[in-house]
Amino acid sequence: MSDYTRYLSRQVTRGRMSRREFLGRSAALGITAATANSIFSTAVRAQAPQKGGALKMGLVGGESTNSLDPATFLTQVPQNFGNCWGEQLVLQSPEDGSAQPQLAESWEPSEDATEWRFKIRKGVTFHDGKEMTPEDVAQTIRRHSDEKTQSAAAGVLTDIDDISVDGDYVVFRMARGNADLPLLLTDYHLIIQPNGGYDAPDAGIGTGPYRVEVNEPGVRHVATKYDGYWRDDVGHVDSVEVIVMNDNTARMSALQSGQVHIINRVEPRTVELLARAAGVAIENVPSKGHYIFPMFCNTAPFDNHDLRMALKLAIDRQAMVDQVFQGYASLGNDFPINESYALFSDDIEQRAYDPDQAKFHYEKSGHSGPIVLRTSDVAFPGAVDASVLFQQQAAAAGITLDIQREPGDGYWTEVWNKQPFCASYWGGRPTQDSMYSTAYYSDAEWNDTRFFNEEFDSILLEARAELDDTKRKDMYRDMAMMVRDDGGLILPVFNDFIDARREEVQGWVSDPNHETSNLKAAVRVWLDQS
Amino acid sequence: MGGPLLTMIVQRIALGVLLLFAVSLLIFAGTEILPGDVAQAILGQTATPEAIANIREQLGLDRPAPMRYLEWLGGAVQGDFGVSYSNRQEIATQIAGRLGNTLFLAAAAAAIAVPLAIILGILSVRYRNTFFDRIISIVTLTTISLPEFFSGYILMFVFAVSLQWFPSSATVYDSMTLLERLWAIALPVMTLVLVVVGHMMRMTRAAILNVLSSPYVETAELKGLSQSRIIWRHALPNAVAPIINVVALNLAYLVVGVVVIEVIFVYPGMGQYMVDHVSKRDVPVVQACGLIFASVYIILNTIADVASVLANPRLRHPR
Repeated sequence: MSDYTRYLSRQVTRGRMSRREFLGRSAALGITAATANSIFSTAVRAQAPQKGGALKMGLVGGESTNSLDPATFLTQVPQNFGNCWGEQLVLQSPEDGSAQPQLAESWEPSEDATEWRFKIRKGVTFHDGKEMTPEDVAQTIRRHSDEKTQSAAAGVLTDIDDISVDGDYVVFRMARGNADLPLLLTDYHLIIQPNGGYDAPDAGIGTGPYRVEVNEPGVRHVATKYDGYWRDDVGHVDSVEVIVMNDNTARMSALQSGQVHIINRVEPRTVELLARAAGVAIENVPSKGHYIFPMFCNTAPFDNHDLRMALKLAIDRQAMVDQVFQGYASLGNDFPINESYALFSDDIEQRAYDPDQAKFHYEKSGHSGPIVLRTSDVAFPGAVDASVLFQQQAAAAGITLDIQREPGDGYWTEVWNKQPFCASYWGGRPTQDSMYSTAYYSDAEWNDTRFFNEEFDSILLEARAELDDTKRKDMYRDMAMMVRDDGGLILPVFNDFIDARREEVQGWVSDPNHETSNLKAAVRVWLDQS
Repeated sequence: MGGPLLTMIVQRIALGVLLLFAVSLLIFAGTEILPGDVAQAILGQTATPEAIANIREQLGLDRPAPMRYLEWLGGAVQGDFGVSYSNRQEIATQIAGRLGNTLFLAAAAAAIAVPLAIILGILSVRYRNTFFDRIISIVTLTTISLPEFFSGYILMFVFAVSLQWFPSSATVYDSMTLLERLWAIALPVMTLVLVVVGHMMRMTRAAILNVLSSPYVETAELKGLSQSRIIWRHALPNAVAPIINVVALNLAYLVVGVVVIEVIFVYPGMGQYMVDHVSKRDVPVVQACGLIFASVYIILNTIADVASVLANPRLRHPR
């Protein structure tokens, strides 16, 4: 290791440098990404976790309407706090997106993936002192999937037909084969509760490292270390306080003045300013979430393949990344999957801005006159800027876009999925299957591109039950190509998750599955008290 | 106190109550025509149609609007605002805490701003057209003209981020002592004082100056009374009515108009509470907040009316 690499490693150890920055600077030295990655990991691991301290997080996404019932979790504050007091059966790996054991020790599918047996961990207790049983697990999943459910997770559990307990095992019988069940059970709503939460859904009693002490929705939540917690590699600090800070400037000031240790959702526009502040480090990671301009494939003029192709070629994705998102985003390729997903194929050609080709397709489509694009500030951060930029880029190809600004109020009920062309976003899903099933399957409620393709549907169902990963990967590649070349999706960028922390916060795990280290920053980090 | 005065007070109060009923109707109608669906808002993008149907049925959203209005009004009169759609908790108990916080912030700001404004007003009259008067004019005009969030951010930057004297966010909770609370709200109070002090100070100054141009003040001057004595004993009592009015207006603002301040300083008051529920389409809560805000406004204005009549003998004995 050169002195400079050693210096870089020290910066990492002190928490002054993110993975991205480290890789970038190492690359400048001619070190390959793989080597740099392993040096980075060593440097991170060199710090032994310290116990103790009171961690404070200032997060956007809390309202006085929040409840501790996991079925109602929708925004970042309850999501992050939920992971302090509760745990799911399965955990998604930050490195490769695979399923890792948590409250389930192991699992085994039947040959056609229609029956799954999960072995439930023993010796884990709830905060009320009772031991967690397979019956509690079964009841929890039932509460989120039965026909009376109001759970936001019901959508991912539709394939489950029957849940039963067999000794130490919980057995799921599926309506059809589903190779992804373990990953679906990583959903943050699916916190295991005593008797599944049927008795007291919002009691806030779980198996997590911290027990709920204060619950003031929309103001703050406090949890303190639970003595009987079953593992010692997470849950380092003594207490966690989540303070609701919905205002961007309030969050940044609180971090800069040291009032809080971690904040989420730093705006791309201001991230460079914050990065310059003393004692602050930026944590950004490419995410599965993406910003889109969906077109209805069954509505004129978008029912014309050439017109769709013209619009896909008329958008300059790199300019979007640079100008609208200040580099804190990655290029999209008109299908909703990126390298953050397991079984991603990285050999699909990147679609580039090509006004000439766009013009060719546009003229071939025979369309003339302006095309209305509806947009709003709430569609995604920077949506209006992105739409205007798209308008200018398309103009170079002779395509006229009419930008129509819609009020944020009611955008999701009146515009998105109702109008044939608008700005929108998708958050990530745990698996490729759940992303495609939610928005690209013919019968999907939120098929917001009106993409109806029988071949696609049948490959989707076939892939879902396929336990051979190699075959599955090929199927997903085929599906990606169909959406990319035939669908109504214009996907300019995948957004980054941008969080920030004080330098004394150590052990941050870069995790593309969700923001704030997959909503688990509070249980993963420790405070450097030296 | 004679008969006509009592009649006038009763009239004012009756008018206030009538106004409140009109407002309640407006609030209900307004929230009815809001776009968006509460069930969809509660469940978000990942909801299934079944889950939405379950929630709508449970909330009784399928019943006719006039019936829901009468039920709501009947409850509200008895202090029962019903149950919040989104977290199924009693609205009255939730609001009690939030309203307490808002009143606390308003009271702290008023306790500083009102005396400060009046004293500054009087001083600027006493030393009118001097350097001192001009400085006060310029400073207060500046603070009025700046939008409140801007003054808030500047104070935050100077006192919280750079100097680190005060906390940047004003989160308060039950287990805090009074002193800790006052410490936490230092910056929002400062911001609010900056916003309201100019208006009250300038009205005080104008009202007293107006009186000072009366002939009886000239008489007092000719008698050889000192400027201070003229202002305090002779001019101020006659300028009280307009001052009371502007104070009431600003007090009302401190209670109902501080949504922005509450949001940027993360203060758990009524304004923030209402904004949260508007975005959730949680209609009962929005209605309750609207009604309370309207009541505060009407009550403060009624008090101001009555007080200015009491302070002015001419209005006390209408011809």
